[in-house]
Amino acid sequence: MSDEVDKSRRHFLTAATAGMGAVGVVFTAVPFVTSWAPSERAKALGAPVEVDVSKLEAGAMMTVMWRGNPIYIVHRTREMLDQLATNDGNLRDPASEESDQPAYAKNEARARDPQYLVLIGTCTHLGCLPKSRFEPGTVDIDVPGGWPGGFFCPCHGSKFDMAGRVFKDVPAPLNLRVPPYRFKDAATLVIGLDEPAQKGVA
Amino acid sequence: MAGETYTQPAGGRWARIGAWIDARLPVSKFYKAQLLDYYAPKNFNIWYFFGSLALVVLVLQLATGIWLTMFYKPDGVIDGEGFSGAFRSVEYIMREVSGGWLIRYLHSTGASAFFLVVYLHMLRGLMYGSYKKPRELLWIVGVLVYFALMAEAFFGYVLPWGNMSYWGAQVIVNLFGAIPWIGPDLIDWIRGDYSIADATLNRFFALHVVAVPLILLALVVVHLWALRTVGSNNPDGIEIKEKKGSDGKPLDGIPFHPYYTVKDVFGVGIFGIVFASIVFFMPTLAGLFLELPNFEPANPLSTPEHIAPVWYFTPYYAILRAVPDKLSGALLMGLAVFAFAFLPWLDRSPVKSMRYRSKVWLYALTAFVIAFCGLGYLGMKPAQGTYVIMARILGAVYFLFFLAMPIYTRNERTRPLPERLTYHA
Repeated sequence: MSDEVDKSRRHFLTAATAGMGAVGVVFTAVPFVTSWAPSERAKALGAPVEVDVSKLEAGAMMTVMWRGNPIYIVHRTREMLDQLATNDGNLRDPASEESDQPAYAKNEARARDPQYLVLIGTCTHLGCLPKSRFEPGTVDIDVPGGWPGGFFCPCHGSKFDMAGRVFKDVPAPLNLRVPPYRFKDAATLVIGLDEPAQKGVA
Repeated sequence: MAGETYTQPAGGRWARIGAWIDARLPVSKFYKAQLLDYYAPKNFNIWYFFGSLALVVLVLQLATGIWLTMFYKPDGVIDGEGFSGAFRSVEYIMREVSGGWLIRYLHSTGASAFFLVVYLHMLRGLMYGSYKKPRELLWIVGVLVYFALMAEAFFGYVLPWGNMSYWGAQVIVNLFGAIPWIGPDLIDWIRGDYSIADATLNRFFALHVVAVPLILLALVVVHLWALRTVGSNNPDGIEIKEKKGSDGKPLDGIPFHPYYTVKDVFGVGIFGIVFASIVFFMPTLAGLFLELPNFEPANPLSTPEHIAPVWYFTPYYAILRAVPDKLSGALLMGLAVFAFAFLPWLDRSPVKSMRYRSKVWLYALTAFVIAFCGLGYLGMKPAQGTYVIMARILGAVYFLFFLAMPIYTRNERTRPLPERLTYHA
C-alpha cells in the first residue's frame, strides 16, 4: 500500500460529506421555517362569517371582521353605481386586470350583486384602513374632474372609487381586494366562502 | 512538561492567583494587549465619544431589557374591553411594579439615545473618512450593526401593543408585500396569521429579546475586533502606525488606558446628565421618543389619524412616502439604508479627513446632512402637498450624494496632509 495521500480522493470525500451536510441542514430548516406559517388555530379562526345586511341602508357602510381584517360592506345607491363608468380615465386598473378579486367580482362594480360592495378594508399600499368618503365634490381630496366619492387612505394619501378601484398617482398599486363571498339568501352574506360549504366541511 | 521544575511565581497571594489564571486563560495578556499596548491617536476630539457611548447604551439596554422581560407578557389577544395582556402588562410595569416606570423609561429613552449616538458616530466616520482603506470591513460591520439595531428597534416598538405598535407593524410587514409573486404569501408567513395578531407579537418578542440581541452582540465584538486590528482613524485622517519611535510605538499614539478610558468616562458623565434629564423630566420628549397614539391599546378597526415611526426612522419613511409607487418606494427606502455600505468604494479621494479635502466635498457632506435631517422632519409630517414635494427634492439630494460621489471625488483638489498629527479645530 502506498504511503502517498490520494488528494483527489480526499477532496471528493470532503466535498461529498459537506454536500450531504448541506442537504441535511436544508431539511432540518424545514420545521423551523414552516412553524412561522399561520397555525391550524389561526386557520380555524379564519373560518367564514355570516353577515345580515338587511338593516344596511342605501348609501351606508358597515364593517365586520374576517380573519382579523376589517371587511367593508357598502350598500350602493343607483347614483353611486351610475357614476362608476365616468372614473375610468383616472384609474390605474379600471378593468381590475392586475388586482386581486374572485372571478365574479372582476367587473366594473367589482361585485356579485352591484348593489353590495364587499371589500377587504386594508389599503393595498401598506395596510392602513382607507376611510369612507362617499360624498362627491369634497375639496380636500384632489382628483381630476373633482372627487366622485369613494375611499381615502389617511396614511399615505391613496384614493379609491366607489368600487374600490385605485386612482392614478397614488402610492397604492392595486384596487382594494375583494374577499371570497356569497349570498346565503337575499339578506345574508357569507364572507370567506365562494360556494356553499359541503356538509362536514367548514 | 516532564523534566521542568515548577517555580513559585514571585509576589503575594493575589499575584499567584493571577498567575494561576493566566497559565490557563491569558486574561492579563488580553487586558495588556487591548488596553495598555493599544495605542490610539493622541488628537481625538469630541466626535470620538460616541463609539464608547454606544457601548454604554448597549449595556443599559441589555440590563433594562432583561428586567422588563421579568414583568412583560407578549400576549396580543384583544379582550372584550379592547385591551391585550401585553398592553396591560406595560401599564402594570408603569403603575404597579416598584421602579418599573424608571426601568421602562430608561429602556425607551435608551432606544432613542442609541440611535442618536450611532448617527453621530456615523457622521464622524463621514467627516474623517473612517470608512476608507484599511477600515472598509470595520465600516461595513458597523453598517450591519446599524441594520441589526433598526430591526431591534422595530420589534421592540411593537411589544407594548399600543395602536401605533399595531399599525406600525402593519405598515412595515406590508412592505414585504411589494415583492413580486411571493409578496402576499410572505406576509402571511411573517405574521403567522391573516392579520397582525398574537402570533406576530410572540415571534417579534422572541426576535427582540433573544435573536437580534445575540446578532447585535456578535457584530459589536467583530466591529471591535476589526477596530483593534486596523487601529482608530483620527481627525487628521493619517495613519499613526507610519511614524514609529525607536521603541516601536507610534509617536503620535497614546495608550488607550488610562488616557482614553478616562476621557470616555468623562463623556459618559456628560451623557448621563443629558440622558437622566430626559428620563426624569420629559420621557416622551413631546411625542418624539414615545408617540402619543401608542398610549392607546391596539385597535385593528382604527388606524391612527397620522402614522409616523419614531424619529430615528423618519428619514427613510419620508423617502418611502415620496415615491408614488409601492415597489419602488420600498426599494428606494432599502437602498437609502444600504447605500452606506458602499461608501468605501464610492469615495475615490485618497485623502480621508475633511480637514484636507476640497470645498466640493464639504458642500456635498453638508447637503447630505441637511437632506437627512430635513427628511427626518418631513417623515413626521403628513404626506401632503408641499411636504411630499420637499421630500422628493431632499430625497434626490440624499441619493445624489452617494450616486455622484465617484464623479465629484475623482479629481478632488485636496490640501497637503501633515507629517504628524495636529491639534487644530
